[in-house]
Amino acid sequence: MAVAQTPTARRSARDSSSSWRWTDRLGLAFAWFLGLLFLVVTVGIVIYLMVQGIRFVKPEYFVTSPSAGFSESETGGFLDPLIGTLQVTAMAMAIAFPVGLGVGVWLSEYGRPTWLARLTESTVEMLAGTPSIVFALFGVLLFQSPVLAAFSQKNEGIVFGRSFFAAAAMLSLIALPLVVANVREGLQAIPGHVREASYAVGKTKWATTRRVLLPAARPSVVTGAMLGVGRVVGDTAVIILLLGATLRINPAEGFLGEARGTGSTLTSFVFQNAPTGEANQPEKAYAAAFVLLSLVLVLNVVMDFVVRRGRRLTWGS
Amino acid sequence: MGFLSPPPVRTLPLTGEEPKVVVPNGNGNGNGFVSAGRKVAPSSLAIDRMAVEDLSIAYGSKVAVDSVSLPIRQGEVLALIGPSGCGKTTLLRSLNRLTELTKTASLKGRITLDGDDIAGFEPTSLRRRVTMVFQQPNPFPMSVFDNVAFVLREQASRRPRKRDLKGQVESALRRAGLWEEVKGDLAHPALRLSGGQQQRLCIARALAANPEVLLLDEPCSALDPQSTKVIEDLIVQLREEVAVVIVTHNLQQAHRIADYVAFMYLGELVEYGPAEQLFGAPRQERTREYISGAFG
Ligand SMILES: Nc1ncnc2c1ncn2[C@@H]1O[C@H](COP(=O)(O)OP(=O)(O)OP(=O)(O)O)[C@@H](O)[C@H]1O
Ligand SMILES: [Mg+2]
Repeated sequence: MAVAQTPTARRSARDSSSSWRWTDRLGLAFAWFLGLLFLVVTVGIVIYLMVQGIRFVKPEYFVTSPSAGFSESETGGFLDPLIGTLQVTAMAMAIAFPVGLGVGVWLSEYGRPTWLARLTESTVEMLAGTPSIVFALFGVLLFQSPVLAAFSQKNEGIVFGRSFFAAAAMLSLIALPLVVANVREGLQAIPGHVREASYAVGKTKWATTRRVLLPAARPSVVTGAMLGVGRVVGDTAVIILLLGATLRINPAEGFLGEARGTGSTLTSFVFQNAPTGEANQPEKAYAAAFVLLSLVLVLNVVMDFVVRRGRRLTWGS
Repeated sequence: MGFLSPPPVRTLPLTGEEPKVVVPNGNGNGNGFVSAGRKVAPSSLAIDRMAVEDLSIAYGSKVAVDSVSLPIRQGEVLALIGPSGCGKTTLLRSLNRLTELTKTASLKGRITLDGDDIAGFEPTSLRRRVTMVFQQPNPFPMSVFDNVAFVLREQASRRPRKRDLKGQVESALRRAGLWEEVKGDLAHPALRLSGGQQQRLCIARALAANPEVLLLDEPCSALDPQSTKVIEDLIVQLREEVAVVIVTHNLQQAHRIADYVAFMYLGELVEYGPAEQLFGAPRQERTREYISGAFG
């Protein structure tokens, strides 16, 4: 019976595939169309912003601080926002990266007790889905509380809850899920026999994770960190609510004044100078946006490079 | 080589008749399958290292190894053969307690190493004495040198320094027959070696710990005939220094390198005996069916 049925079954499969063919073609054409459209739109935006931006970028912008003035020539450049972006990103990643790495490793390699792992997982997923303005608002409430007053600048006893530290702490929550997810994915992609090979020569779980698994997962770890950086660099809501409205970096007095002080970033600079913003200096907004976009593009290229280099060297499953 | 001669089991008669082995048995003149297939003469001395006593292993309620008893001797190569899923890997992994990593696995019976129950060992120290090589070549993502040095070093540390380990790394690579190929560039990423070289690196790594027992789970199944031959020669050389247990699906291979063969079927040890006897004149009906089916 089975033998007799096989040819018919095969033929009917072929029949149905040939009757499907024109719809397949249509689907394929549609997919191509959408893909190309997407590409055109994306490339269009990037090129437009690049061209717009590069027209207005002046070298002196990179070395002069913003200042109050009546014309664009008097208001200075974006040195402070640029430093602010680098500083807040570094601080946010200094929190998000180790924590994310730890959580990712724990989830992938230990994950006991199970209920705690599940809970952690859902929490991280929830963080990933939370809009950054919500983090910002939460951060304001949090850092305005007297308990955390030490982390931000005070003015005559009033806690504003705004500082690089406050912004970085909230931004780290944005980067965290990306680090966790990528670290975890990278570790889980390593075949089980590689772990066992390390145990099988007498290595502990920790030594295995530290010396075998993490190096093997490096491309994913780097990807996670880079994606995190990308999100942090581009975030505006948290910066506006938590870093303060001073365009210049304004360190607080005392210990770690820089971190407890306020300032601005490229995103808040663009926000301020956009045609709809308070300062309304579109040319400077374009210039700053150009720098921001370039930063992100460079980041992507670096990430791509690292990932490509790492992916070539893996095991069979 | 022995590849050219026909396997002896083809000449076996059907059930009922006396087994008729055409080729000369034992250490013959070198042109029959049995002797031609052998790499070297049987080892002169054999020392009992491990003993498996009435070992049963189950995954949940599924019994994978069923009351198996076996000796494992230094100076001999023991081959585990049997159809897929019969429990060879499970048995092998229990010898250095890798089965413990599977949460559902439960174990009954006793395994001893030099008379001591391995259940009493620290797993990490047991696994340095009983090391394992896997089916898939799996060098660590580091240089050739570091792959071996990693084993020599204290857990996760990077000390001692390269200079101090050079001698030991070289000797492990030499024993695995890889030294000549890699000595020019020990900093080469191990994952860029060929499959056969990777597998020999894994053997070097397993030897670096100076184990007393070496476990190999189908080490040649992902390799070409040339690399397979290199590794087979290696295994035969190694048996003087370490007890070797190899799982293989390739009966020709088992015949070429093993001194003793254990045939497993559905978790049970059906037959255990010297390679010549097991392949030449199997005592059990099932063994005969298996080796003739697989050979023919
Ligand atoms: N981790 C596991 N969990 C549950 N059952 C398992 C596990 N590993 C193996 N088994 C079962 O135990 C039995 C023996 O498996 P084992 O891997 O030891 O067989 P094998 O002889 O090595 O087979 P092969 O020749 O295909 O490698 C099989 O029936 C398998 O389904
Ligand atoms: Mg197996």
